[in-house]
Parts: sequence; C-alpha cells; structure tokens
Amino acid sequence: MTWTGVCDYDHLQPECGVVALLGGEQVALFRTFDGALYAIGNQDPFTGAFVLSRGIVGTRGGIPTVASPLHKQVFDLRTGACLDDGSRHVPVFPVRRRDGRVEVGLGAE
Amino acid sequence: MVGQRLVEALRDRDAERRWRVTVLSEEPRRAYDRVNLSAYFDGAGPDDLDLVPDGCYGSGGYELRLGEAATSVDRTARTVTTSRGDTLRYDALVFATGSYPFVPPVPGADLPGCFRYRTLADLDAIAAAARHAAATTRGRRAGLVVGGGLLGLEAARALRLLGMSPHVVELGPRLMPLQVDEGGGALLRKMIADLEVTVWLGTSVRDIKRDGARMLATLADGTELDLDVVVFAAGIRPRDDLAREAGLAVGPRGGIAVDEACRTSDESIYAIGECACASGRVYGLVAPGYAMAEVAADRLTGGAAVFSGADVSTKLKLLGVDVASFGDAFATTPGALEVTVNDPVARSYSKLVVSDDAKTLLGGVLVGDASRYGVLRPLVGRPLPGDPLSMIAPAGTGPGAAGLPGDAQVCSCQGVTKNEICAAIRDRGLADVAGVKDATRAGTGCGSCVPTLKTLLAESGVAVSTALCEHFSLTRAELFEVVSRERIATFTELIERHGRGRGCDVCKPVVASVLASLGHGHILEGEQAALQDTNDQFLANIQRNGTYSVVPRIPGGEITPEKLIVIGEVARDFGLYTKITGGQRIDLLGARVEQLPAIWRRLVDAGFESGHAYGKAVRTVKSCVGSAWCRYGVQDSVSLAVELELRYRGIRSPHKIKAGVSGCARECAEAQSKDIGVIAAEDGWNLFVGGNGGFRPRHADLLLAGVDTATLIRTIDRFIMFYIRTAGRLQRTAAWLESLGGGLDYLRSVIVDDRLGIAAELDAAMERHVAGYRDEWAAVLADPVKLRRFVSFVNAPGVPDPSIAFSSERGQPRPVDLPVPRRLAVVSQ
Repeated sequence: MTWTGVCDYDHLQPECGVVALLGGEQVALFRTFDGALYAIGNQDPFTGAFVLSRGIVGTRGGIPTVASPLHKQVFDLRTGACLDDGSRHVPVFPVRRRDGRVEVGLGAE
Repeated sequence: MVGQRLVEALRDRDAERRWRVTVLSEEPRRAYDRVNLSAYFDGAGPDDLDLVPDGCYGSGGYELRLGEAATSVDRTARTVTTSRGDTLRYDALVFATGSYPFVPPVPGADLPGCFRYRTLADLDAIAAAARHAAATTRGRRAGLVVGGGLLGLEAARALRLLGMSPHVVELGPRLMPLQVDEGGGALLRKMIADLEVTVWLGTSVRDIKRDGARMLATLADGTELDLDVVVFAAGIRPRDDLAREAGLAVGPRGGIAVDEACRTSDESIYAIGECACASGRVYGLVAPGYAMAEVAADRLTGGAAVFSGADVSTKLKLLGVDVASFGDAFATTPGALEVTVNDPVARSYSKLVVSDDAKTLLGGVLVGDASRYGVLRPLVGRPLPGDPLSMIAPAGTGPGAAGLPGDAQVCSCQGVTKNEICAAIRDRGLADVAGVKDATRAGTGCGSCVPTLKTLLAESGVAVSTALCEHFSLTRAELFEVVSRERIATFTELIERHGRGRGCDVCKPVVASVLASLGHGHILEGEQAALQDTNDQFLANIQRNGTYSVVPRIPGGEITPEKLIVIGEVARDFGLYTKITGGQRIDLLGARVEQLPAIWRRLVDAGFESGHAYGKAVRTVKSCVGSAWCRYGVQDSVSLAVELELRYRGIRSPHKIKAGVSGCARECAEAQSKDIGVIAAEDGWNLFVGGNGGFRPRHADLLLAGVDTATLIRTIDRFIMFYIRTAGRLQRTAAWLESLGGGLDYLRSVIVDDRLGIAAELDAAMERHVAGYRDEWAAVLADPVKLRRFVSFVNAPGVPDPSIAFSSERGQPRPVDLPVPRRLAVVSQ
C-alpha cells in the first residue's frame, strides 16, 4: 500500500467533506467534529453520481455518518455501509494524519 | 390488483429508480378492488373501488398503459408485443394476468342474459340487463347465481342490490364448501335463506333456454326456474395462455409454474397472483397474491424473499353474514379435536380445531359472529392462552390482543406481526389506525384486524412524538424559541445544551434555517457551512449528475434586454442548458462546482444577485404585466411584485415561499396558488395566503380585502415572520395554516388584530431582515476562505470531474446518466 498526501489537515473544515482524485479514484474525505479522519468512495451507489463528499456529516446512534446529498441515504463513515439499505455500501480507504498532512492509502497491503 | 401491488412495492423498494416500469393493462381502467365488486351496486362508483394512489404513474419511470394487452412474448429477443402493435424490450417481465371465470359446460351458457362476475364491465352488463328486466318483467324479477362459494354469494348480493330475487345453485353439500364446515354451513344457509335468497345445494344446472324475453334454467333434479339473468360465479381458472404460448412451464391443473422466488421456468420472467402456480397450488385469494407481489418486488431489487405458501384464512361479510375460516378449518391434522359452540338462537356458530392435547390452536370456523377472528387467527399454531371452550363460549371473555405473542401475524393480508405494529407505534409515534395503516400496511387488506390495531394502539398508550430526530426531542418551532430566547449562535452550542450526538441531515438544515432567520450572518460563515444541505452549501441547486443549476433573481419577472443578453452569454460561454422557470426567471443548468464562482462573477458584475432558488426561502413574486400596459389592469402589479420580492429576498423559512401579484381579477399571475397571493381590486389589494401548487394543490384563502399598499405589506411581513416562528420542519404555509387551531380567523386575529401582542416583535424582525440583507453570491466572491470550497478536487483543483458528461438535445446539453436503468414489463388483466 502506498500513502499519498492530498492536503493539509488544517485545510479540512470540521464536518465539511472534500474530494481527492487519486489515480482515477474519487475519494471523499471527512474530518469529524472530534478531529477524526474518514475516507470513503465519492460515488453515491444509488444514483451513480459522484457527490458523497457534499453530504451532511453527523451521527446516528453514535456512529459517524454522511447522508447522500441527492436522496439522503445515510452511510457509516467507518465501514462504508449504507445504514438505510443493507444491500448497498461504498468502499472505504485508509486515511491518516502525518506531519500536518492528510494521506490516503491506496493499493494492496 | 396484484400487479398494482407489485408496482407499489417496487416504488417503495427501488428508491434509486433502477427499474423503468411499463404496466400493460388489458382493461381500460386502472386497477380496482375486485374483492368488493358488489359495492358497485351499493353506491360505490369506479373511483371508490380504484386502488391506484395519486402520482403512482407518469413519474419516476412508471408508465401505465390502459386498454393495451400483451399479445405475445418473445423470450429470445426479450420483447413483449402489445395489442396496439408496439414492441417493448424488457430485462424482466412479470405476469400478473389473474384469472378468468370458470363457466361449466352447460348448454345455453353462452345465451344473451348469461353473465360472468369478474370485471366492472361484467357488472355494467348485469346492471343493464337488470334495468331491462325492470322495464319488461311484471312481478318479481329473479336471477340465478351458479356457484355457492365466496364469489357466488358476492354475486347474489349484487343481484339483490339490483332489485332481484337471487337463487344460488351449489354443486357441493353446503355453501362456501372450501371455507366452512358442515355445522357452519347449516347456519350460513339458514341465515342466507332468511335474506330471501333461495339456495339449491348438491345440484347443478342441466340447461338454460330462452323463454321469450326471459330465461328458463332447469336443474339436475328437474326443477325449473324462471329467470331474468344467470350469473356464473363457479370458480376461476388461471390466465396462463400467453405464458403457455411463450413456452413457459405450467402446473398440472394450469397456472404458470413458479418457484419460491415467484420466478417461472425463464429466470427473467416472474408470475404472481391467480395466474401463478406455486408448489402445485393456485391461490384464488388476494392475500397470497399480495405476498407474491412483495416477493417479486424484493427479488427485482436484489433481495432474497421467499414465497412459501400462504395463509388462506378469510373473514368476510357475505350478504351481511359474518363468516371466518382460518388455519386447519377442517381438522385434517391427525388427532385434531374440534370444540364447537352452536347457538342457532343467537345465530352464532364457532368451532376451534385444536391439537390432540387441546393445548395448541390449529384452526377454526366462525359463522354469524366473527368478532373473535382478529385474536384467534394469530394464535394458530401456538399454545392457547386458556381452555378452548372459554375462547368461544358466549360468556367467555376471549383472549385479548395483549395475550398475542409478539411474532403472531395480526394482519395476514399484508403479513404484519404484532411486534412490527407495536414497534411502528412506538418508534414513529403513531396515534391512530390511519397512521398504523400508512406505516405498516396492516389493516389495508380485508380490514378484519382493524379492531386488533385499535387495541394495540390503546395498549401502547402512546403519546404522539414530536421530536425532530434522534438528536433533538424538540420540534422546529420549539428550537426556534430556544435559539431566539437563549441567543444561541452556533449548532454546537445548541446541541450541547438541548440535544445529543452531532446532528444529521434532518436537524442540521433546520438549525441552519433558524440561525439564518434570526440574522446570524452569511449562511456559509464558520460552522454554519457544515449545517447546510448541498444546495445551500453551494448556493445552487444540485442536479441528478452532481452538477448545479444557477438562477439569478429577476424581480417580478421584469428584465432588461441588456441583462437578458448577459444571461445568454453566460449560458453560451459555460455550456449551460437554459430553461424558463415557472416563477418567471431563467434557470442555467449543468454548472460544475468549480465553475460557480466564475458564473456568479459575470452575473454579479452585470447587476444580478442570487435568486435563492436553492434555499428554503422566498423564491419569486410572479406578476402579470398589470395596469402599466394591460388594458384590463386596475393596479400596477409589476411594481408591487418587484417591491415585495426585493423586500423579502433571502429570508430563510421552514420551507420555500412563493408569491404572486395579479393586476386584476383575471388573475394571470395565478396568485391564488401561492403562499402569498395579491390580487388587485378597484378599491385596493386583496391578500390571499396559504395557497399551494405541487403535489397537493390548494387555493389560497382571502385574509384581507381592499387594503392599501402599506397595510398589505405590514400584514405580509407579519404573516411571513409568524410562519417562520411557528411552522414545523418543511411545512409549507398551506399545511401550516390548516394545522393552526382556529385556522384563518385565528391567523387574522394574531397578525391583524394582534391578539397575542407579538405584532411589534414580528415587525421588528422583518425590519432587521430588510436592513441586514446582503447578496450571498457577492459575499462568497469577496471571501477567499469561502471560495476555497468551490474546487473539483482538493488535490487537483483545476481538473474537472471526469464523471460528468453531456450529450446534446435540441441544441442544448443534456446530462449523460451514470447507471443504466433496468426495464420491467408487468402484464396485467
């Protein structure tokens, strides 16, 4: 697996997602209120549109979530599972903070 | 019915609209309730029997073609040919063709005056014959129903309602031989005979002849009956002809053979309802058909639901007589015991079938009084709560709904358990039977479980929950009060004091709207940005492919040629699709996030500002051309519309607010369909409020008549501010007005007569809004921090999103859809 830096940690506003383009892959990045980082696929599996980074970030039963901005299905930021429809999920990516930078891990471990 | 149920189940499950559905209906009318056909002669019109909810077709990829039958299926090409010569391609096909009435091979069965009992067209024909008989036959008119089952007794009811004396001929030894045992049948016959229905059992019709204007039927025992009509209701046969021609496997006695997924021998073809043969059995009841529709819908959306046979329990009111049959009604289980209470005086027959140790309920029959069906049927296969006789004894109390196990099915038509109903009551704060029906579908089939639903509601002792979501137990109006009173300025402060968790897509936009209404600066300032829906976050409207549309404000719909030219140039230079909106402005669609600031820059430089088309905010004030130009106009509607739009622009509210001003009573601005409508009169302005277009249209109500402009504006100020303060989340003014106790009179007393003493506060709030207004687009352009969000990729800000592509249509761009929707054809009767 290779780690790729995408932006400064301070660039991420809490609970406001951004997208990174990594070798053709669109990765939605979120910094939650407690400072944690999450990275999931940006494509909404219900509509095919690449929009999840623009969803509202929050919690459901304590789980950190993002809601699709198109039809509001809610996804678990930790696992990518859709909490409203068990048959759908989005990929998750390893993400870390290193020297003030946000890095996303890609490729086999 | 079953095809319609499939469509509704699919609409529920296929939220992302992967299926494009075409329903071919042989009959020229929408699906209707065949179970209650005789109600047609009891005052019910076709609309009362209609089963199709508003908005079911014509949107979301659902198309209904009436009077267009499927004529052939080509499984290799995967096409269906229709009676209008159209050929439809399909990825999946569902047969819901139902059944046709079985007509025994009786000589004369095809004579005029012989009818079937299946469709509304059949009923119309029977009614016409009855009218003809009334005009020509002297004395009592009579009709013969062939078949003494469920359908036959329904047909007998229909004939009675048409003023005829019915005869019923049944080959079996009792009425309803499939549902009722001998003892129950005896009471049923007696009660039916008391209703002046002549019952002939154990015999059949030998032949039917015309006898002048009337008909003569001879029974097998030689009895001759003088009749006006003959109605065949002797059972049904599955309509599997089209499937047979297409080479699909069928059951031994007909019916399209299906597996537990309701799939036929061709894996892309399903069959549901009376046309299907599941495990060698064809079901002639609606509940199993509905269960199959749910299974097929689940499978089409990737699920693994299974149809493993269905409960054929029924409870009916036939000719006013209650009849119920459930479980092993005929005691076919080895060792089964029958406990019977037969009271011919009280006209009640009850039988329970129990296991050999008398501890488990296996089934039963109830005739005359079926009030205990609702609690007995869910207990089938379970331990009886007491001695069987006490369950049906006249003095016995019977089991209560509280005694039902949680996983017992309360509604067998829709397959809903007690646990599911109680959970819905609890979690969704349901307070009445209508709410339970909506949420769970329980009680929407035969209705026999409605008394149990009432009991469960009562036993739950629920109070209606008004919590916004899991994070706040307050309503929107209460949140508004709290934020206002405690001068709360951020979401974090609010949720730490009055909520829990970190919010969601329900509560965050509400809080964002409340903060904006109370004047907390730009909606993207600091933490507020994270509360906004994507539309407010990007100050534009998201479209299906993730691009946005831009709508500059054009107050009152009035625009100069220079500004029109700028809009045209911007659209041309950024490759945007343009369309005139219903609110008299111009929508520019297809902008990528990183293009938005450049588009705004051009528009703002030309004197435009945000039109707030993206916000729950005041949208437009539509106007007609008014007295400046129109020869009929009595007031200057354009000037007033411009003034109102500029006054209220940018104000955030529980939902969007639309307004209109018409210059005379001809009402060309359609003001009465708006939240705020003003119509000019000779002596001033008439103010209407609470109108709505859209999903549930509502005409606005007249609040004030013949007022001057200052009074008009002051009243609208207060109307808007009172609405913002007290309405629920996403509640339009129409629903809000209807929810106000005292309605329009109360509203008038508050905002005109100041009954609550809050008018000065409302006026001051509006003054603050007007004074504090700033264009949201210009503010973003002036702020590098806010501009930072308007990039495609955080690590490649200049690279456009490669997933966004356009084709060309009528000289303009059109988004290329990302997923390919799959197509489904439903063939129904």
